Amino acid sequence: MKKNQSSSKIQQKIKVWFLYLFLIIGAFTMLFPFFWMISTSLKNQYEAIKIPPIIWPKQLQFSNWAEAWNAAPFIRYFINSVSVAFITTTAQIITAILAAFAFSKMIFYGKNFIFLILLGTMMVPFEMVLVPNFVTLSNLGMIDTYWALIVPWMANFFAVYTMRQAFAGIPDQLYYAAKVDGASDWQYLWKVLVPNSRSSITAIALIQVIASWNSFMWPLIVTNSTNLRTLPVGLQAFKSDAGVQYPELMAASTFVILPVAILYFVFNKYIVDGFTDTGIKG
Amino acid sequence: MINSKPTIKSTLTAFLYLSPMLLIVGLFELYPILRSLLMSFWIKYNFYTGAVTKRGFDNFIYIFKDPIFQKSVLNTFIFVLIVVPLTILIALLIALGLSKIKFLQGFFRTIYFLPFVTSTVAISMVWSWIYNGNYGFLNWFLSLFGIHPIQWLSSPKYALISLAIMAIWQGLGFNIMLFLVAINNVDPRYYKVAKLDGASSFQTFLHITVPLISPMTLLISINAIISSFKVFDSIFALFGGRPGPASSVNTIVFYLYQKFYQQNQYGVAAASGVILFFIILIITLFQMWFSKKHVYYTSGINNK
Repeated sequence: MKKNQSSSKIQQKIKVWFLYLFLIIGAFTMLFPFFWMISTSLKNQYEAIKIPPIIWPKQLQFSNWAEAWNAAPFIRYFINSVSVAFITTTAQIITAILAAFAFSKMIFYGKNFIFLILLGTMMVPFEMVLVPNFVTLSNLGMIDTYWALIVPWMANFFAVYTMRQAFAGIPDQLYYAAKVDGASDWQYLWKVLVPNSRSSITAIALIQVIASWNSFMWPLIVTNSTNLRTLPVGLQAFKSDAGVQYPELMAASTFVILPVAILYFVFNKYIVDGFTDTGIKG
Repeated sequence: MINSKPTIKSTLTAFLYLSPMLLIVGLFELYPILRSLLMSFWIKYNFYTGAVTKRGFDNFIYIFKDPIFQKSVLNTFIFVLIVVPLTILIALLIALGLSKIKFLQGFFRTIYFLPFVTSTVAISMVWSWIYNGNYGFLNWFLSLFGIHPIQWLSSPKYALISLAIMAIWQGLGFNIMLFLVAINNVDPRYYKVAKLDGASSFQTFLHITVPLISPMTLLISINAIISSFKVFDSIFALFGGRPGPASSVNTIVFYLYQKFYQQNQYGVAAASGVILFFIILIITLFQMWFSKKHVYYTSGINNK
């Protein structure tokens, strides 16, 4: 009996080791492209194409980063990406807070009808509305301007939906208490509901910043000028330029990936939970 | 609620709060949905004045007869059929593994999720380097096992597979997290009972975990199918703005992009957008029907 127990304990231990081995191999596969990007970006041209590959260069060629940065107006792309992400996110949060207030705390004619229609639009792929939106923006004279990058993304029903859930979870007793203190509905929204929904707001903001930062098809289509390019579009253009070497291309890819990676490591829990909730509800 | 009955006044106030959102969503979501349905029937038109002189089904007839569209639909379906089952299988295995450990679980979750938040265009550049036929890391790695160099991106035979491998890699973390939520929601009492009954861990997995997480599995498959149907950024970045060698990775959305942006056939592009919408609609309706019939729901576990 005793012998049996200890052998099953050893079996258990072996199982756990295999489990960790499996997870480590998986993690390695997930991280490898990032590692390879940084490693290649620090190699010289000869080291980059050597077979068998050099895992990590002896002399780090940080000059590749400077060369890539100067080979295209990456500073401009960077500013564009930051501005578009910041403005669309701020606008999305404000429009969502206002709309969610009406949907969560007011009773009015047509409420369910409007809500259902908007819920239905969440199912429509963005690609379907691409062509008419292009036409609308060109009628408004906004194609190839910052407006085209910003205006269509200033409101998003998913953000409204998430805010509504957050507001709905705040008990109405707070409203009556605020009323007794002489607060208006507007003050109640901004001084009670909003501060109590900080984690939802953070999640919406982070998701939109990442989505805006990574978005490619829309900025590709609505802009032509070099100085309006966002980072992904600029990176793609950089690659199509003749004579780009892999170390520089990898350095340029690092510029695009690094800011979001840092954001991700800092706000890891908010971002993972935010996306997971989106997946479950959306 | 700050009022108890709908009145004219409360409706006006509510619409005041809704107006910024309604303006944007109305102009860039609702209106274009209707407009693209109409546009798909436009045959002779001036887009900028909106003057249409001829309407009809020609765009749809053109699309269905177009061998490039047929190929792009076929490619899209093959892509979905490779990516979705493999993603589900691998994500489930990893999620199951993660649910069994405490030490370093958070660390692994952070790493597995990283590709999902990464710019598809930027990471495609890295993958195109890894896939490089002459100097790429992957061919060197495979050569250790005696596999001859493969032209991952320039051979029509492998282009779609290369795209699929990268897509699986990038989407895995998201699906692992969803599976983890479902696995953690399983009532531990079920496992206790199974253990008392002498069930092996594989039996427990097959007869308790799998049925109890089936609502999430369905949700994940629908999510994965829809996002795979819309693949675009990675094609553009991996294959330099072209649909791969011999159009081997042309997909529905890439076809739409080409018709719209490169060939200015707006009506045809709108029609292919409408077709994409109906494909997604059918999948969603199927999900609703299927989940009513076959998915095992229990109280308290994601019964949405």
